[in-house]
Amino acid sequence: MADIHLEYVVPEDDFTRAGEASADLKARLKKLGLSSEAIRKVSISLYEGEINLAIHAKGGRISVDVAPDNVHMCLRDDGPGIPDVALAMREGYSTAPDEVRSLGFGAGMGLPNMKKYADEFEIESTVGVGTTVCMRVFV
Amino acid sequence: MTTTDLLKLEAFLPAVTAEERAITDVYCADLLSWAMGNAPEDGAWCTVMGNVNAVAVAALADVAVIVLCENAELAEDAKQKAAGQGVNIVTTALPAFKAALAIAQAAGLVKP
Repeated sequence: MADIHLEYVVPEDDFTRAGEASADLKARLKKLGLSSEAIRKVSISLYEGEINLAIHAKGGRISVDVAPDNVHMCLRDDGPGIPDVALAMREGYSTAPDEVRSLGFGAGMGLPNMKKYADEFEIESTVGVGTTVCMRVFV
Repeated sequence: MTTTDLLKLEAFLPAVTAEERAITDVYCADLLSWAMGNAPEDGAWCTVMGNVNAVAVAALADVAVIVLCENAELAEDAKQKAAGQGVNIVTTALPAFKAALAIAQAAGLVKP
C-alpha cells in the first residue's frame, strides 16, 4: 500500500460539520481493509480532536498520513492555547461553554479519549499562539 | 439478536433502518464523549440525544443501533445524516434503563 496524505479544514463552531474529517477518513480506511479495531481507534481519536478544534480553537487544520503500518494524525490550531495541559488532560475537566454542553459535549473526555485510543500521543500548546496534537495509531 | 429482531419487540419503533446489524451489547449514556470512548462496537446505544452529533458518534464508534429513549426528539438533519451514514435508529417511550434491560433480556445478555 502506498502512503496516503490527506488534509482537512475544521470550521469554527460548526457542530453539524464537525466529524466530517473523521467520517471521510474512516470510509477510506475501510476501503483499504484495515481492521475494525484500528479504524475505531483512529475514528475516536480524530473525532475528539475535530470537536476540540470546533469548540475551543476557532477551527483548525488536520493532516493525516496513512502508511502500511500506522496512521499518523496532526491537528493544528491558532486558538487561545491551553494554560495547563496536565489539567486539561484530566478526565472530567472541561472548559466547554453551556451551549456546547447542551449538545452533549463538554464531558471532559476529549483529550483523555484521544490519549486512550491513540498508540502515540503528543500535545504542545502555547497560550496566545495555539495547540498542536499529533497521534499515531498502529494498524 | 439483530436490529431486525429488536423491531419485533413491542416497545421499539423504526426511525432509520440501515444495514442489519448484530447486537452483542447494550450501553447507556448521554454525554457524547463518554459514549464515544466507551460505547461497545455492535452495541445498542440507549440515549436521549437525537442530534447530528449523536449520529456522528454512533457511526464512528460503530454501534449497531441508536435507541432513542423516552420519545426524545430525533432532529430532521440527524435523521438524514443517519440515513446517509448507514446508522440504525429506533425510538421508544421507555427510559434508558428499561430499554436497555428489555434489549439485554431479548438478546440473552441477562436472565429475564
